[in-house]
Amino acid sequence: MDGNGCLVDCGHDGTIGHFAGGSWLTATIERKSARQVSKVDRFLTLIRVFLVGLIVVGILAFLAQQLAPDNPFARWRNPDAVGLTGDQFKGLLMSGLSQGAMYGLIALGYSMVYGVLGFINFAHGEVFMAGAMTGFIASDKFSANGLWESNFLLSLVIVIVLAIMVSTFTAVLMERVAYRPLRESPRLIPLITSIGVSFFIQNAVMGVFGPSTKSYPQLPQWLSKQRSIFTFEIAGTKLLVLFVAAISMAGLWYLVERTKTGKAMRAVAEDKEIAALMGINVNRTIVTTFAVGGAMAGIAGILWGLLFRSVTHMTGFLPGIKAFTAAVVGGIGNLPGAMIGGISLGSAESIAPLVILEPLGVPGVSQLKDAVAFTVLVLVLLFKPSGLFGEQLSAEDRA
Amino acid sequence: MSATMTSSPGATSGVISTAPITDQDWRKLGKWGGLCALALVLVSLIGMPVGLDRRILIHPVLSLGYLSLLWIPLVLGFVVSKRIELEGVESPEPGSRDLVAGALMGLAGGIGMALFMVCLNIFDLRDPLVNWSPKLLELLNYGRGLSFGVVAWIITCCVLGLVGSSIHVVPAAVRRVVSYATFGLLSIAVLEGAIADLSEGFGLEFLTDAIYAKRGGITLVWSIVLAALIGVISVLTKGKFKAAKANYSELQGPERKRASRVLFLVVALLTLVLPLFLGTIMNELLANVGLFLLLALGLNIVVGLAGILDLGYVAFFAVGGYTTAVLTSADSPFFAPEMHFAVTLVIVVVFAGLVGLVIGAPVIRMRGDYLAIVTLGFGEIIRLLFMSDWLKPYFGGAQGITNVPGVDLGFATIKGTDPRSVFYLVLVFCALAIYVSWRLQASRLGRAWMAIREDEKVAEAMGINTVNAKLLAFVVGAVLASFSGAILVAKVGSVFPNSFMILVSIIILVVVIVGGMGNIAGVLVGSFVLIGILGGPRQPGLLHEFQSFKLLIYGALLVFMMLQRPEGLVPSARRSQELHQEEFLQDVWLKGDAHEADEQVAEVHTEENGDSKGQQEGGA
Repeated sequence: MDGNGCLVDCGHDGTIGHFAGGSWLTATIERKSARQVSKVDRFLTLIRVFLVGLIVVGILAFLAQQLAPDNPFARWRNPDAVGLTGDQFKGLLMSGLSQGAMYGLIALGYSMVYGVLGFINFAHGEVFMAGAMTGFIASDKFSANGLWESNFLLSLVIVIVLAIMVSTFTAVLMERVAYRPLRESPRLIPLITSIGVSFFIQNAVMGVFGPSTKSYPQLPQWLSKQRSIFTFEIAGTKLLVLFVAAISMAGLWYLVERTKTGKAMRAVAEDKEIAALMGINVNRTIVTTFAVGGAMAGIAGILWGLLFRSVTHMTGFLPGIKAFTAAVVGGIGNLPGAMIGGISLGSAESIAPLVILEPLGVPGVSQLKDAVAFTVLVLVLLFKPSGLFGEQLSAEDRA
Repeated sequence: MSATMTSSPGATSGVISTAPITDQDWRKLGKWGGLCALALVLVSLIGMPVGLDRRILIHPVLSLGYLSLLWIPLVLGFVVSKRIELEGVESPEPGSRDLVAGALMGLAGGIGMALFMVCLNIFDLRDPLVNWSPKLLELLNYGRGLSFGVVAWIITCCVLGLVGSSIHVVPAAVRRVVSYATFGLLSIAVLEGAIADLSEGFGLEFLTDAIYAKRGGITLVWSIVLAALIGVISVLTKGKFKAAKANYSELQGPERKRASRVLFLVVALLTLVLPLFLGTIMNELLANVGLFLLLALGLNIVVGLAGILDLGYVAFFAVGGYTTAVLTSADSPFFAPEMHFAVTLVIVVVFAGLVGLVIGAPVIRMRGDYLAIVTLGFGEIIRLLFMSDWLKPYFGGAQGITNVPGVDLGFATIKGTDPRSVFYLVLVFCALAIYVSWRLQASRLGRAWMAIREDEKVAEAMGINTVNAKLLAFVVGAVLASFSGAILVAKVGSVFPNSFMILVSIIILVVVIVGGMGNIAGVLVGSFVLIGILGGPRQPGLLHEFQSFKLLIYGALLVFMMLQRPEGLVPSARRSQELHQEEFLQDVWLKGDAHEADEQVAEVHTEENGDSKGQQEGGA
């Protein structure tokens, strides 16, 4: 280095001299790149602030309504605010929870497949629909020959088993036909394929079973009547949904954490190559993953049928996307996360329109239920893309 | 890469050519035979034979309904007898063994179908299966009783399987003539509406009256004549097209420019003049194809060039449509300035760009697959918002905005009742879109997009501002889609939230993928073939009988293309190289040394540049 130390740019005056350009250069680069990104970043911050502000103001207005409906803050956006009674709130919470439990069950399938293969199985909602449709056909037949009324529990068990079988079969077939040949291709290719699969199954089911809405038979009175548990008024059906979902989740947890198959699944999710070297049959483990996810979706399908008592060929679409949202909320690849994500999404979807939007004076809030679910997805990806409980992905997917 | 590679069980190519005909791969045969039977039963249960029976292709013998079944054993016979060619292993000559394989496969399919018909006769499963009807049975046994039908189907499937497998056996020249004759005949039958319309325009009705029967379909005599004619033409023109194409690509400098210009003028003249000779229905069809072509060109920039899988593309279509409706319609509920369409377009561009930025900014840095689902969510949110009671005072809720005026040009008005004018309007925008895409493709920005598509991290390391480049792709795509929305609304005269279902996004995605991602010519082919023949989400195509089955076909096509030919019908050279990189490099490695591989890569790149130059002139 010569006396001036001007290695970089001698046209400038001496201020850059003594550091051989080093710190000055890096500083400019940093400043420059920071400025490049910041336009988008600033905008994102704006969106974040706006969304959080909306939620906070909404909740504050709701609280104001609850305290005193005549309060000027409560009247500010929504002059005919009445607020919610405690029972109404509990009712909303309960229906949100039961619906969320179903989202959670479906989300498990998304989460497991994403954990193992690293792609979104868009057609998983159709697996769920296949379960609900099977449930309809079986229960309709049982109801026609009287077994549904005379021996409800037996027929329910048969219906659930049938639905699990059909859903599992659908999921496994899907893997074999559409996804296995694409295992090594770029991530978006199997995603596009799964969109095609989803489209195909929807329309094939519509062609074979017709486009009409199918209604499940009436449930027995002793099941569907209102019950009171810890001051919560809850319909028996919702209780059944929560109960079955809890049992399924426990079973799945046992399978994944305590059995050899589960160990193999976790190993394959971590690293396929090393798992194969350890003597694990990777193909079979992947099939098992699809089968287990399919079974969970089948159970969810039956529960959906019992709760809403109607199914069409489009039933799988929205719950499917919402379940994916639930999986992302909980952290994809994380099984307890998927379940908790499902429950929180379900509650948010049922409570948020009335607690946040209604006080802000938005009319017809129940129509915006689905929009709320998608907004939750955007919010989570904006604030914490790895989900509330952290992602669990294989080494190569952790990009 | 991973350890999941297992050798496929079908690789029996090591057998010597004199193997006896009983030496079959029984497992493979069983698999494909079962598949054939299942496919036949599924197609019957979906209701295609009954639903499509009205459309007759060849007057007394073949309807589209029967064709929906008959192609299955034919194609599967071809597939099952196909030998896998292995590098370094001498494949045996195709022979009687393959024919037997095809016939056996067909037999299995025929038996499956026969069993299905027996079940159809005995049981009544009409309750869950809506198409389980005596009508289906009657159609399947050609109205001549069950036993006739059973025998007929077993024989038909067997013969078709045999024919399918014989494609490998017959000499190449015969194969060529037969395939040309078949496809030519089929396309004449499918294009019946267009051809009849066109001949009417030219005053040649007597010709079509002779060819087509009264109730539709080519008459039997004429189908034989036409098939023979096409066969002869295919023999006469053998190699001519290839030679012409080779000649064209050999041209250099000013000569090439002149040839391209002539080609461009011819194509432009045809597209300008042809609609004048077409009737209302065909012009309507062309206008629809144009609208979807415009959308597909926009999506091609987003998905094909920049590699961003945007499933909520319909949102921009909706924004264009609603902006136009609000600004031009007198019935707009909140704000009705009743502007002129031209002024509106400027505002549409601004709005679509803004919405593109607002939707794009939060999603642009997400992983590709998350981005896909989130954009899908946005697409659905926008529809839900337009439909909600909340925004009803502004956008009319589910009733939408009606009474949108056409485009007033001073001397004429472009509106839906005159589809020819709409077509010309669409044509202008399509030409613009093609020009923009082509210029962008070769530009600095376009190359940045392709670099991002191939490897985002490397692109970033090369100094590309990936966030800005991707956002720009989003915005350009959004603007093109909004044009399409604006024209659609002016054409239909009203706008409803339910015209903007997610379905639209997915159909456009299928169009782009089937045509060829990242290739303008591919997108053109894709929209003409798919939207023209099958139709858009609501718009009927040439085969309007397919209305209730087209979504099924779109789904199946998407899966098929992704599995067999992800680069599309008309692939862009660079894209297919990306998708088949390993095979490509392996082939080169087998042929020679690594040095050659580099040369080949360079070759593909120059080829591609030549291609895109050719597209420019011939494109519009």
